[in-house]
Amino acid sequence: MERPSLTVRTLPPSVAAPDTTPLVIPTDAPGLGRARPVGPLRREGPAKLTGEAKYADDLVFPGAWFGATIRSTQPHARLIGIDLDDAFDWMRVVVVTADDIPGENIVSLIDDDQPVLVPVGGEIRHQAEACVLLAAPDRATLAEAKRRVTLRTERLPAVFDPLEADREFAHYTVERGDAAAAMETAELVIEGTYRVGHQEQLYIENNAMIAVPREDGGVTVHGSLQCPYYIHKAMKRALNMGDELAVVVQAETGGGFGGKEEYPSIIALHASLLALKLQKPVRMIYDRHEDISATTKRHPAVVVYRSGISATGELVAQEIEVIMDGGAYCTLTPVVLSRGVLHAGGPYRCENVRITGRAMATNTPPNGAFRGFGAPQTEFAAEMQINRIADALDASPLDLRRRWVYREGDVTPTGQVLRESVGGIEVLEAAAAESAFDRTHAQTRAMREGRTEGARTATGIGLALAWHGAGFTGSGEVRLASVASLELTDDGRIRILTASTEMGQGTKTIFPQLVADALGVDYDEVAIAPQDTSIVPDSGPTVASRTAMVVGGLLIKAAEKLRARVESHTGRTFAESYRDAGPMRIDEQFAPYPGEPFDDKRYTGDAYPAFGWAAAVAKVDVDLDTGEVAVRDCVSANDIGRVIHPIMAEGQVEGGTLQAIGYATIEEMKLVDGRYLNDRMATYLIPTSLDAPRLKSILVEKPYSGVPHGAKGIGELPMDVGAPAVVAAIHDAIGVWIHDLPATPERILAAMTGAPMPPPPGVSLEEPAPRTPPIEDLPAGGDKMPFRAPTDPGAER
Amino acid sequence: MGHYGEERVVSFEFTVNGERVVVEATGTRRLLDVLREDLNLTGTKEGCGEGECGACSVLIDGALVDACLVPVSQVTGASVQTVEGEAQDGRLSILQQAFLETGGAQCGICTPGMLIAGRAFLSSGTEPTDHNIREAIAGNLCRCTGYTKIIDAIALAAQRSAHQ
Repeated sequence: MERPSLTVRTLPPSVAAPDTTPLVIPTDAPGLGRARPVGPLRREGPAKLTGEAKYADDLVFPGAWFGATIRSTQPHARLIGIDLDDAFDWMRVVVVTADDIPGENIVSLIDDDQPVLVPVGGEIRHQAEACVLLAAPDRATLAEAKRRVTLRTERLPAVFDPLEADREFAHYTVERGDAAAAMETAELVIEGTYRVGHQEQLYIENNAMIAVPREDGGVTVHGSLQCPYYIHKAMKRALNMGDELAVVVQAETGGGFGGKEEYPSIIALHASLLALKLQKPVRMIYDRHEDISATTKRHPAVVVYRSGISATGELVAQEIEVIMDGGAYCTLTPVVLSRGVLHAGGPYRCENVRITGRAMATNTPPNGAFRGFGAPQTEFAAEMQINRIADALDASPLDLRRRWVYREGDVTPTGQVLRESVGGIEVLEAAAAESAFDRTHAQTRAMREGRTEGARTATGIGLALAWHGAGFTGSGEVRLASVASLELTDDGRIRILTASTEMGQGTKTIFPQLVADALGVDYDEVAIAPQDTSIVPDSGPTVASRTAMVVGGLLIKAAEKLRARVESHTGRTFAESYRDAGPMRIDEQFAPYPGEPFDDKRYTGDAYPAFGWAAAVAKVDVDLDTGEVAVRDCVSANDIGRVIHPIMAEGQVEGGTLQAIGYATIEEMKLVDGRYLNDRMATYLIPTSLDAPRLKSILVEKPYSGVPHGAKGIGELPMDVGAPAVVAAIHDAIGVWIHDLPATPERILAAMTGAPMPPPPGVSLEEPAPRTPPIEDLPAGGDKMPFRAPTDPGAER
Repeated sequence: MGHYGEERVVSFEFTVNGERVVVEATGTRRLLDVLREDLNLTGTKEGCGEGECGACSVLIDGALVDACLVPVSQVTGASVQTVEGEAQDGRLSILQQAFLETGGAQCGICTPGMLIAGRAFLSSGTEPTDHNIREAIAGNLCRCTGYTKIIDAIALAAQRSAHQ
């Protein structure tokens, strides 16, 4: 077996000398390119560290008004009328309704089903749907005006459970061999139904957009966003504007994780409509409550799984049914479902597979992109199956995976031959070795078997393995036809022009790094143009872990062309001669990667140009009294093709792993009447530093030859493995399987004691939650008080 | 607000990053808004507005607080320190430099608050163990890093500061 090449993380050496580093990035900064150990320092790091970086809400536009959105409070209703209270002087504010939309009342994305604003007479399809917009010169006036708007509605029946829904957004079938026949021959059949709920991206910067009207009749929006050209397209259509009139500029963006992929189009349209009517800048800055209430979440899913194992111990059949809840509008749901279906089999060789998927419409806020994009949902189910099979066979979950994991030359359910860059076994071995999996697993087993009645905690270890298709699904990259450009300005500067956004993952650092390497110049000599649609070409959206691989690959090709052109003109090296060689510009457009083209109708062919591979091992303690889970350690090994910048790559793994741990243990949206109940940071909890384990990241390199640098993308990979590893560890500790995410104390205690399981995640309750009883109905004090305030600290002991 | 009576705008005097400031505001105006909007110190961020995320962390007379929960009337005569006071003479502080080198800042929105929490920790003289640092930043949420590199940054800064 070929040895994987490992990158070991190293802390910068400690120094004894006082720090005298200037604000500018020092020229002796460690490392250019992958030849050196750590990579250059983050390009926009100093601005972020000093508070100088300007996020949308930090931008000042003199005379700007404040915008607000009036939203539905029904999950499904007819909008009969919009009542403006006569007692309020409406001349003090600007009101925008659907009648003010100059173009089509459509948020342009995949389907044309979502309105910018619900028109009077139209259908409200979810809670917190936008119906009316207001702008006022100050917040107090805005707050007052908001209270004076009433939406008159006629309630319609609402659907909350995707299993009961009859409106479908998309369906797919992947089929290879004859799964039904093979299942008949299986010696062992393991069946399971797994449910996962909504997950909130919870970027720490809320969504924010500022629209500035221009004298030419156009509008420029400045905002927190991932995909400038998605917004550009949406503005052109709804505002009836040409290319030049609709301009999108990215402000510094405080996290996205998919949550700023599609929803910012709506906010940009809302801010623009107000700004165009008012002819002043309008600030549409969401607070946390509005952001959680209204914007997209990870799709809830139900995965019904059957696995058949032969007498010789081979995985001979998989029958998988995936049902996703798209929420009320299509958004990106078909693509999320597609990725979910394509990954549902997990990274395992199986000759007979049938995967069906459908995405259904419910009267809940639309679900959308979130790191992993459908794969974490289905791969959770896939890994649960593998771990349960190992349990049923009394086999090592590590050995089973060693036996079944895809190797080079294996064929996936779409008929894709995995020709190269197949690092499944390497990441598995790396994670197992680092965590001493076999030894620890034997220890935890002995601990479980020797546990006495009085034990208060239980320790377990769990393993998961996953694959993640790099870049857009199927023919997506061909259709996108992305362009990345490199220019030599007439004053002798090198500048990168792409629409790829920086939201923390390192775009602004790795692009100059890749280009500098290809040109043979210093990192600091390569500038990067702002993400402004009036300046940069459409490089596609910053999603799908595609930026480093696809757009980075285009930039290297552009740099090679620029270098060759300059060197042939000047007869000297690029580095010596480029300053006098401009102006010159290379526009590099995407060309299809080698392989079998994907058939979007039959779902056959190469679903992705290459796959990333990830393995995680989690160690947990379960409190046997409360059912609480503490994740103590987590190792994540990821084959990302090539490591461009080790520190940033590790940062992606560590951050993604903790999001996955949150998904596994504590992050759950609760819904009543189609409305998110825990729509604040006080109630939707994410892991803090005390909840987080020390995260250990191992980077494995199995380069992909379809791109010049061999990189496959990293952002989403770690999200696929964290949750099943944690749930396997919980099983190892306490001997019960938790089929629904998150594995909350309630679910764990129910599984341990046989008490009724809490309702499945992701499905809204019909009736409003019972209210807290009035104080006089509470039992009298003492032990009967439901929550006893400790009056004497000593009394508790 | 009408039936609660109109709030009066009055003067409040305090120091921010060592400079004396006088602001005209209602007494209940949040310190966060005074910093960001009245003093144009936008380095202090708002993530939740209810004291959960710590993005608006500042030091008031050395104590770590969420500026979204503090009315300006409470800082009269106090010394407020924000992220803008962290770099000195145009140079990154040891703490900022450590964040830059270890990868402690990704999207950067929690970073000002993390730096302030880190500053409070370094000033406290507490032993820079993994657990102690986790305790020190437990009120500051980060969604990008998984905290590991933030902890590394604060530990590195503590180590370098000790050698000064």
